[in-house]
Amino acid sequence: MRLAKRIAEAVGPDMTPMIDMTFQLIAFFMFTINFSDTEQDQRVTLPASELAKPPDAPYEHPLTIHLTEDGEFIYASDVYRSLDELRSALLREKQIIERFALEKLSNVTIVIRADENARTGQVQEIIQLCQELKFERFALRGKQAEVHRIRSD
Amino acid sequence: MKIRHTDHREDLSLQMTPMIDIVFQLMVFFVFTFKITLPEGDFNVRMPAETGVAAAPSETPVLRVRLRAGPSRDLAGVQLGDVAITGDNPFGQLQTRIRSMVDDSAGPGSADQEVEIEADYDLKYQYVMNAMTAITGYVDPATGQPHKLIEKVRFAPLPKQP
Repeated sequence: MRLAKRIAEAVGPDMTPMIDMTFQLIAFFMFTINFSDTEQDQRVTLPASELAKPPDAPYEHPLTIHLTEDGEFIYASDVYRSLDELRSALLREKQIIERFALEKLSNVTIVIRADENARTGQVQEIIQLCQELKFERFALRGKQAEVHRIRSD
Repeated sequence: MKIRHTDHREDLSLQMTPMIDIVFQLMVFFVFTFKITLPEGDFNVRMPAETGVAAAPSETPVLRVRLRAGPSRDLAGVQLGDVAITGDNPFGQLQTRIRSMVDDSAGPGSADQEVEIEADYDLKYQYVMNAMTAITGYVDPATGQPHKLIEKVRFAPLPKQP
C-alpha cells in the first residue's frame, strides 16, 4: 500500500497577541514610573485641601515625620510611641547633619504628614520639638482635593 | 552554458526568543519599581524658635484665629480676633472676612500680614488644615486658578505644662 507523504510544517503558537500585550504593559509602566523619592505611608490619611499643591522644586533636605491617628510618630520607617523617643532620633539626625556639614539646619525642611484625625496638639508638639533642635522650616502636608472643601459665602 | 542553481532558499525565521526575554525582563523591572503615589501638597510655615530677642515690630498687627474643640474632638467654634464666627460654614465665613480685610482685588494678598492659629490640643487636625486653606488663599471657581491671601501663618505656642 502506498502511503501519502506527510509534509511536516512548523506549527508554533502565535506569539503576536502576547507580544502586543506585553508592549502595551511596558508602555503603561514606562509612562507611570515615578522616580521621585516621596515618602508616603498608608497608615496616615492626610487631610484634604484644594490649595495643597506640590512644591515647584523638591526640598534640598527634607525630613519627613508621620503622625498617625493613634498618636504614633513614624520617622525613617521607625515607629516611636513617645515624643522623647522621637527627640532622640531627630537629635541623632541633627548631629549627623551638623558633623558632616551636609546642610545648614535652617535649610532643612521638616515635612509633617499628620493624619486628618490626629490631635492638633501633637502636631504642635512636633513643631516645638523641632524648634528646640533649631529647625526652622516646616511643611504641613495635605492631599490635593479635587472638590472645593471650603465654599465661599 | 549551464547556470548553476545557487538559490538554496532556506526557512529564514526571525528569532523571537531573545526579544521576548528582554521584554519580560523590562516588564519585571517596571512592575517591581511601580508605586502608586497620590498627589500631595504642602503649606510652608517658617517658625524659628523663640530666641528671646524681640522681632522687628510689624506695621500690621497679627491676626489671631482661635479654633475650639468639642467633646468629640470636632470643631466647636471659630473665632477671628474677638469676633466669633457662627453658622454651618465657619471656614467659608472666615475666608470671606479675611478677603475683606486683605484686599486681593489688585493681585496677590498681603505679604506682611501674619496670622497665628491657636487651636485646642485635642482638635482634629483636618480642621486646622481647613483653617489654613481659608487663610492662605482660595481657588477661583471661574478660572480654577489659586489666589493667595495671607502666606505667613504660624501656630500659637502650646501652653506650658503644669
